[in-house]
Amino acid sequence: MGKPGQCPDREIGSVVIPEKLQSLLDTMRPIDDQNQRVQMLLDFAGQFKEVPERVAARPFPDKHRVPFCESEAYVWAEKQADGTAKFHFAVENPSGISAKALAYILGRTLSGAPLDQVVSVNPDIVSAIFRQNISMGKGMGLMAMVQTVQKLAKDLMRETRPS
Amino acid sequence: MSQVLDREVLDKGYVVPEVLVSTQWVADRLNDTDIRIIESNEDPLLYPSEHIPGAVQVDWTNDLNDPIRRDYINREAFEKLMSRIGVTPQTTVVFYGDKNNWWATYAFWVFQLFDHTRAKVMDGGRLKWQNESRPMTRDIPDHKPTRYQAPERQDAKIRAFREDVLEHLRDRGQLVDVRSREEYTGERLHMEAYPNEGALRGGHIPGAANVPWSRAANPGDGTFRPAQELRDIYVKEQGLTPEEPVIAYCRIGERSSHTWFVLKYLLGFGNVRNYDGSWTEWGNLVNVPIEK
Repeated sequence: MGKPGQCPDREIGSVVIPEKLQSLLDTMRPIDDQNQRVQMLLDFAGQFKEVPERVAARPFPDKHRVPFCESEAYVWAEKQADGTAKFHFAVENPSGISAKALAYILGRTLSGAPLDQVVSVNPDIVSAIFRQNISMGKGMGLMAMVQTVQKLAKDLMRETRPS
Repeated sequence: MSQVLDREVLDKGYVVPEVLVSTQWVADRLNDTDIRIIESNEDPLLYPSEHIPGAVQVDWTNDLNDPIRRDYINREAFEKLMSRIGVTPQTTVVFYGDKNNWWATYAFWVFQLFDHTRAKVMDGGRLKWQNESRPMTRDIPDHKPTRYQAPERQDAKIRAFREDVLEHLRDRGQLVDVRSREEYTGERLHMEAYPNEGALRGGHIPGAANVPWSRAANPGDGTFRPAQELRDIYVKEQGLTPEEPVIAYCRIGERSSHTWFVLKYLLGFGNVRNYDGSWTEWGNLVNVPIEK
């Protein structure tokens, strides 16, 4: 894991990080003022939009549930014509503000990105986004959201790969 | 005004009713300068998203835990915290939070390590307050800092370390494992839907009763069950004796703070300690007894 505030992916030379995610991490990196960072994350959480009904409706199937995330987050990957994916989320725990903020970030920055780049995103971006202000359990739950997105991207790549 | 008892709480028949207040009691005292309302949650973004007007945040990770060692803050850090949130030894602190007051009771417990006994928990916590459509705000209050002087932290009365648990075990003392049935039996190493925070072995401390913490709360609004219902669970069903020492534990000591609060205050058990090392310590210790 990189130092707080550093983008961990930058330490891995060969990995190409999705452009929009890189841009967001670059924007957040210099923000040392905790209140400013919190306001930014709250703003993201406020913009979170739940998975549309045409993609999924309640009760959401367990296979889309993020394991180990106590905010009861769910993730879907909708395949796009250009071979990328649009990622959708649901956060069932109304107190899961951090999960909503991360869902918004992942949906906004990874949708439309090349799938091989999505698969390579380092879950440690959670510490770059939230810094050291979350507990170990919370951090692991949020990292599991990233890992679930990666898994869905990997599944899509497998589906589209010519046999 | 702050010490007036709460009829809604009194009716529930607790042994020490002074430690619990209703949402209405809090709503009636939002402008009482002798009271400091404190929100404690698991998610640090929850308080800034909205909170009770005038409430301050005490974050269990950043405010109550030592940043290096696995331990709680020392006297100096506690004094700084209390001074920052504008509390004096005469101030009554009222805790509330999410998850049926898990973290609120955890913060309450840490405050008792420093003997700040003017402390209460708001029954039902954040959920009940919101369900009642009571006012919430994003405004961060500007309470005047104080110069709080605290005594040295006193762990012995309400906190158990592993050596204490081993000694308690040799004496065949009462233990309450407040985790889920699956964690207690060793089927899981963590709470359902929570990550495994590092226990190598599953099971429970030999002889421990298993009373999941949530049994003490009403599922609808997160309030504590009335005393008689709690007595039925802990005393009649589980056979725990209020006169004998008891140690509660969970995974890291947060859920067991809730049970500690129930046993010590609501049911009046005379000697209750919280083993905050809990399963993340016991499940990793070499050569300690484990039962499945």
